[in-house]
Amino acid sequence: MAHSTLNINGTTVKFTPGQTILEAARDAGIDIPTLCYLKGTTPTGSCRVCVVEVEGARTLLPACSTPAAAGMVVQTESERVVAARKMVIELLLASGNHNCFVYAAQRDQGFKVEDAIFCEAEGECQLQALAERYQVFPPSYANPPDTKYYYEDNNSMIVRDFSKCIMCGRCVRACCERQVNLAIDIGYRGSHNKIVARGDYPYIDSDCVFCGECVQACPVGALLDKAARFQGRPWERTKVRSTCPYCGVGCQIDLHIKNGRIVKVTGADEIPNEGRLCVKGRFGWGFVHHPDRLTTPLIKENGSFREASWEEALDLTARRLQEIKDQDGADKIGGWCSARVTNEENYLFQKFMRAVIGTNHVDHCARL
Amino acid sequence: MIQHTQSASQTAADISPEALSKIEAIIARYQDQPGALMPVLQEAQDLLGYLPVAVQERIAAGLNIPGSEVFGTMSFYSMYAWAPKGKYVIRMCESPPCHVNGSENILQVLKQELGIGVGETTTDGLFSLELTACLGVCEVAPAMQINEVVFGNLTRDKIKQVLNDYRAGKAVDYKQLPYTTNDFRKYKQSPQELVVLDNVGVIDPMKIDDYLAKGGYSALKKAVTSMTPEAVVEEVKTSGLRGRGGAGFPCGVKWSFTRPLTATPKYIVCNADEGEPGTIKDRYIMEGDPHKVLEGMAIAGFAVGASKGFIYVRGEYYLSKYRLQNAIDQAKAQGYLGDKLFGTDFSFDVEVRSGFGSYVCGEETALIESIEGHRGYPRAKPPFPGVAGLWHQPTVVNNVETLASVPAIINRGGDWYKTLGTENTTGTKIYQIIGHVKTPQIVEVPVGITLRELIDTYCGGLREGSTFKMCQTGGASAGLVTADALDVPMDLASLAQVGGALGSGTMLVMDQSVCVVDFMRSVAKFFAHESCGQCTPCREGTPRILETLTRICQGQGQERDLDFLERLAGTMVDASFCPLGQTAPGPLMSALKLFRPEFEEHLKEKKCRAGVCRFA
Ligand SMILES: Cc1cc2nc3c(=O)[nH]c(=O)nc-3n(C[C@H](O)[C@H](O)[C@H](O)COP(=O)(O)O)c2cc1C
Ligand code: SF4
Ligand code: SF4
Ligand code: SF4
Ligand code: SF4
Ligand code: FES
Ligand code: FES
Repeated sequence: MAHSTLNINGTTVKFTPGQTILEAARDAGIDIPTLCYLKGTTPTGSCRVCVVEVEGARTLLPACSTPAAAGMVVQTESERVVAARKMVIELLLASGNHNCFVYAAQRDQGFKVEDAIFCEAEGECQLQALAERYQVFPPSYANPPDTKYYYEDNNSMIVRDFSKCIMCGRCVRACCERQVNLAIDIGYRGSHNKIVARGDYPYIDSDCVFCGECVQACPVGALLDKAARFQGRPWERTKVRSTCPYCGVGCQIDLHIKNGRIVKVTGADEIPNEGRLCVKGRFGWGFVHHPDRLTTPLIKENGSFREASWEEALDLTARRLQEIKDQDGADKIGGWCSARVTNEENYLFQKFMRAVIGTNHVDHCARL
Repeated sequence: MIQHTQSASQTAADISPEALSKIEAIIARYQDQPGALMPVLQEAQDLLGYLPVAVQERIAAGLNIPGSEVFGTMSFYSMYAWAPKGKYVIRMCESPPCHVNGSENILQVLKQELGIGVGETTTDGLFSLELTACLGVCEVAPAMQINEVVFGNLTRDKIKQVLNDYRAGKAVDYKQLPYTTNDFRKYKQSPQELVVLDNVGVIDPMKIDDYLAKGGYSALKKAVTSMTPEAVVEEVKTSGLRGRGGAGFPCGVKWSFTRPLTATPKYIVCNADEGEPGTIKDRYIMEGDPHKVLEGMAIAGFAVGASKGFIYVRGEYYLSKYRLQNAIDQAKAQGYLGDKLFGTDFSFDVEVRSGFGSYVCGEETALIESIEGHRGYPRAKPPFPGVAGLWHQPTVVNNVETLASVPAIINRGGDWYKTLGTENTTGTKIYQIIGHVKTPQIVEVPVGITLRELIDTYCGGLREGSTFKMCQTGGASAGLVTADALDVPMDLASLAQVGGALGSGTMLVMDQSVCVVDFMRSVAKFFAHESCGQCTPCREGTPRILETLTRICQGQGQERDLDFLERLAGTMVDASFCPLGQTAPGPLMSALKLFRPEFEEHLKEKKCRAGVCRFA
């Protein structure tokens, strides 16, 4: 495709027509901060953190939603840009209970650390990172810490803490554009704006299917994976790439591990799922560390199970299959495979049933 | 964002089977139309008084819209209700023009007389009390609306009497009223010929024959039967007519962008949202001469190649909607709207759409979103509506007054029109002079008259005992001007030069009784109430301005407040998404420039020279 160029911070940068200023800048390794931008969804240009100065434009323009144009001259960190960006960050910090900033001055003003609910997002929060980068603190006019916000903790998977919500709308686009579940939208108007599920109900009473995509999209601590609460700080966890064990789609997942145990699961930005997961893949990992989980084969003798080795169990199984086949014929044997194994394994299984056992009695439980 | 969240059981209500079947019928009527959500919600609320959860869910299912979107949309507009309200909903205006005429005192009276607070309903279920932004009846400020009917020039006695009448079952039927506020012909009339208001107060707006007898629809006929669309566009270009909705964009130029586009269908949208505080003019046109607006729309349709028009009327303008619908029905019956007009291939149909309590929906792209049935979030421009508007088709959006000027231009020529007004802004303009003048009123005169002439010649001067302090020209987002501007010709360029704006042509005249800080507080309240909330600077900034000014008015201000306000204003102007947020701090910035000592007196000496602010 044809390339054109624009000038960003004095450097000539190539872009493909149709790209935004943000995309062109990122391709060129120039970092423009964003908050409401969510890859793969329609940019709304609403948070205004990504504003840049474009020569000839009356106002600053959002890089995430302004198309790059040939010959454009853009400044991404000019004094004017930084002033606006700082004010935007300041306003967002003021809008909620951003209590990860309990710094000396606030303590002097009588802020009681005991009263703070600490923020799960600290350390991976994008607002906190921006505040750090631009050295902005919650201003004196910020909502007082005793302000009442909507807080929802009545389901087993997702906590909604709107004292942290910055109304970026990413959850809505994650739900409606990425997952097409259409469960949430923005409701009310102006500073009363709030994310609403159905008639502004708790998730559990709404059309929400608990895929958790909104949680993954939230740049701050407003939507939380409940199981991960109080399970250590983000920087104490390591990520392990794996494949979701539930179905044949084979979504790529990241296991967040602390002390050898899974704390939470997020979707990896890879084929086939590109970050998305369903309720099972994201929240259904409790079996991994469950005490009832089988870890060795069991053999039933006289009505009760005893532990056995794999060798013993496989030997027994092979012997009995052979005996049944010899006595009553292969069609007395049926095979039942699982939706939780891969397509390749399912293929092998039916091959085994047909070619080795010699029966067409094979099915699988694709109804998990 | 702080409170709410209903629980399903709390709001579930029993709907009678009869009511439910009526709701089904409403849904069925609109089911296949795009943008059905707003009219369906409105009709359902009309029927039940509010929209219980069961009804929201029926509508969601019936129109195949997610439940979250139905609620997200309705909760954006202040006139929808999802909990039961009193039989009569009283909406007391708190916008700047009513504010400077004592609306806060009137609110106290209402609270006392009703024995309830704002947001509450009387125990007999008769009245609910709410606050509202400008009702568009500022010539009778302070004003309130009870259901569809406006009551203005409120005093304690008048409120008592009105409430007693309603309690006695004597509610007013708005359809029987001759006009919402005043008879235009009782105002001091201009000696010059009227171009837009010529029929108002002269013809019966419910009778198309009256309009026809005055030469109505002759311009449409002339355009359609004897001119090419390009020639119509040229004529309007020649006239120099500039948009009367506020921005002043040349109308013919706007049409010329849409005309050559091959995408079909194209649409005409008439902007009758009239939400800018102090703006009351479009109502006089729609109530007094609805066909003129329709004729202007049809001519615009012919000019750009559109065969469908929408007129988006603000929700509070019940009489306008009623008369427009009547006019559309009559025009269709007599062949002035509909298929193959005047035996040609040109067809044009108009539909009335109603806003429901949101100022930002006057912004053209928010208005388009609203017609489509969404929250009134402005869109990013470009693309401009002329290229991609309603359902992303080419759409011309024009103000009522702009379109109502078109028939005369077609009949008498752009050259004639151009002789009126100033070089910068041609034609006549409806000025609206409100506030502390003897008789607030509207007047249509050639553009270029001075503020002094308007006040002295037309409004009988200032009120008894008043001295002129300042004027906010053009609406709530415009800057203030002082006595220096009294002799400036009021066209777009000259007013902009002195820091004001022609805007919609409204002039809020204020005397020494107004405290500039307190006034700015009421302006701030308006914007905080009307910000759509889409972007951070405006959503978070407008309430912070209000909060800071409120503190200053209570004697709790600090020196650093003014710095903060200036810094915040700078970011709002520079980084807000749409013109609402970009212009909202404008008046404050001009007040800080012109009246800084008054702010500092509040801060340092805890003194309010107008005696308005009470320091605890
Ligand atoms: C916040 C806001 C509110 C507006 N409200 C109105 C309105 O109530 N009526 C109107 O005609 N134009 C209003 N406008 C201007 C419209 O966006 C648009 O420019 C106008 O309808 C175009 O018509 P015109 O060219 O005939 O003036 C508003 C603009 C903004 C930014
Ligand atoms: S959401 Fe972010 S900024 Fe707010 S308290 Fe949590 S970590 Fe801090
Ligand atoms: S969990 Fe999934 S379905 Fe539920 S609101 Fe979040 S994104 Fe939507
Ligand atoms: S909940 Fe999170 S993702 Fe959703 S709007 Fe709030 S901050 Fe953004
Ligand atoms: S400037 Fe205000 S009204 Fe405009 S988009 Fe932003 S929040 Fe909405
Ligand atoms: S990231 Fe561009 S406006 Fe939010
Ligand atoms: S009607 Fe109250 S300000 Fe316009």
